[in-house]
Amino acid sequence: MLKLQNVTKTFGDFTAVDDLSLEIPEKQMFGFLGANGAGKTTTFRMILGLMDQTGGEISWNDQHIGYDKSHLIGYLPEERGLYPKLKVEDQLVYLAKLRGMKKSESVPEIRKWLDRFKVPEYRLKKIEELSKGNQQKIQFISAVLHKPKLLILDEPFSGLDPVNVEMLKAAVVELKEGGTSIVFSSHRMEHVEQLCESLCIMHKGKPVLKGGLKDIKRSFGKKNVRIVADFDLSFLENHGQILHYRHTKEGALCQVREEKDAQILFEALQGRGFVRQFILEEPSLEEIFIEKVGEAYE
Amino acid sequence: MNKFFVIVSHTYKHRLKSKAFIITTLLVLTAILVMTNIQTIMDTFTGEEGEDYTIAIIAKEPSASTLVSSLPEGEWFDGGEEEGKDAVRSGEYEALLVVEEQENGLPEGQYYTEQLTSSSASEVRQALQQLKTSIAVEQENLSEETLTAITSPVAFERTALEEGAKSEEELNQARVIVYIMLFVMYFAVIMYGNIIATEVTTEKSSRVMEILISSVSPVTQMFAKITGIAILGLTQFLLFILAGYVGITLADTSQGSLIQMAGLSDVDWGIIGYAVLFFILGYFLYATLAAMLGSLVSRVEDAQQTVTPMMMLIIVAFFLAISALGSPEATYITITSYIPFFTPFVMFTRIGVIDVALWETLLSIGILLTTIFVLGVIGARIYRGGVLMYGKSSLGKNIREALQLSKKE
Repeated sequence: MLKLQNVTKTFGDFTAVDDLSLEIPEKQMFGFLGANGAGKTTTFRMILGLMDQTGGEISWNDQHIGYDKSHLIGYLPEERGLYPKLKVEDQLVYLAKLRGMKKSESVPEIRKWLDRFKVPEYRLKKIEELSKGNQQKIQFISAVLHKPKLLILDEPFSGLDPVNVEMLKAAVVELKEGGTSIVFSSHRMEHVEQLCESLCIMHKGKPVLKGGLKDIKRSFGKKNVRIVADFDLSFLENHGQILHYRHTKEGALCQVREEKDAQILFEALQGRGFVRQFILEEPSLEEIFIEKVGEAYE
Repeated sequence: MNKFFVIVSHTYKHRLKSKAFIITTLLVLTAILVMTNIQTIMDTFTGEEGEDYTIAIIAKEPSASTLVSSLPEGEWFDGGEEEGKDAVRSGEYEALLVVEEQENGLPEGQYYTEQLTSSSASEVRQALQQLKTSIAVEQENLSEETLTAITSPVAFERTALEEGAKSEEELNQARVIVYIMLFVMYFAVIMYGNIIATEVTTEKSSRVMEILISSVSPVTQMFAKITGIAILGLTQFLLFILAGYVGITLADTSQGSLIQMAGLSDVDWGIIGYAVLFFILGYFLYATLAAMLGSLVSRVEDAQQTVTPMMMLIIVAFFLAISALGSPEATYITITSYIPFFTPFVMFTRIGVIDVALWETLLSIGILLTTIFVLGVIGARIYRGGVLMYGKSSLGKNIREALQLSKKE
């Protein structure tokens, strides 16, 4: 369990992370959301011990995370970078050595991963000869090569094409199932929604929302009703039960407070014509994010 | 500790295999071998040249035969002055020497060559001088003894009264070796300082730094890098010394040779030992500074600029040391030899040239070591914050910011 208790980090007058408390259970995937400059990278750097927190405690299984544990930790920084002049394999062997992995152990692993990411031909190429997306795959390999117990991925999927995103996602899921605790940050809500059991939304250094994905959605207190009908739905715009109304191509998307309101809405549609779809949906994470962060802006 | 050596060996091997290192080392090694054997090489060339020219001599007897016999290249020219000049122009002769007798019976010479750059003149002049002297001696009826008494140089020997002071000859020899070692140190410190600063900045600019510092503490990393480059420097240094040794062994070290005159035939290994010691200390001092400065900038282009103040220090130290060669006892030299940034150069020169008390040497080394330690501690803190810092601003501001980033709680 990774535990952050009242963690604060200030740089002079600027507070990057403000009183953040989190509990990230073992063998789970934890999503870290936030707009740019929300304090995600700073939090990661504090977890990794690259920076000391101004206040609060960070522990992993009740122990301080120091360099003596670096072989248990994998990290993919947001700013990608490897030695441009080194060959892929030499580079990975070196970085693995720094995580306490012998060359004889790392070489077969490196080949396995390169095969898995369908880039075995890059083994003896220099990093600078690779495309950006492929460099990112190599860097991902460097983060997971030593089979870490705690893996921190800062924006792992940014800048990749959909095929590679799927490839990386599959690898991440497999690692989680293998018992690795994974913390990752992203701007892309759908990735978090697909992968994470629990999450935290940060805004300007403060956690605005945290907990299990399902709980968050349930407690958000709003649901969506998607209606597709053959008649004009604009009379709903000023309906008392609807919090937010939006026209869609085929009908409308309405936000209501709870299921009961959806029923009232359903009744209001009676007798007006043919209704093709009437779906009550959980809100998407994106909506929650926009609303929560938007609120925090106000 | 294990990771320390991983970085040390990675840094060392990576640099050892780099083209830049191999090429510079080979160039310098060749230069050392050539320089130590310069006399042999020059002799090889001039030896061949010497045989294929002759000097035409127009003179009356008995001067003519004396000159021809004393000048191996000389040849009596049977003809007039103008014919002789034509012969020089056509390349038949290297030069034409016309000797006339003055009223007082002494000879005077006219020397004609195609160009005044010809190197044969001094030899000819010397031969003519000898001839003139012998004629003059004969005219005045002087004995050989009187002549020797007049021309032989006065005996003048300087002796230092202080115990252990170097003799005149030893002093000159020491100066040569100290001078050479100073140069090697100067270039080595500048070169390795630059290597370290650029290496740190390269890791930063390629952003690989963040992975590195998440695996190994920046402090370990900084010192491992410095050590790796130090071993590289020592490798190079030892290669150079070895080349110097081989070169001197191969070279003509007989009495009167260039090597012998420079005092290199009988090298004082004690001075070499001090050179290595001060090289290592000076290296660590400047390398720590370079790593610290390198960590403050994020682009390789800026690295050069940040290390400029350090380069200035090294240059000042070097010039102080050069002036110490001439006046090792000057007060400002004694004082600067205790200032840690100058000690490696200035104290080394003092030790090389004059007899420095052991306590003075130890004191300066002590000050140097303390400074290295203090710089190491401060440097490590700045490095720790600096490596996470991107963007550009002034040096002072960067240092403040880096210290703040690395601040404990």
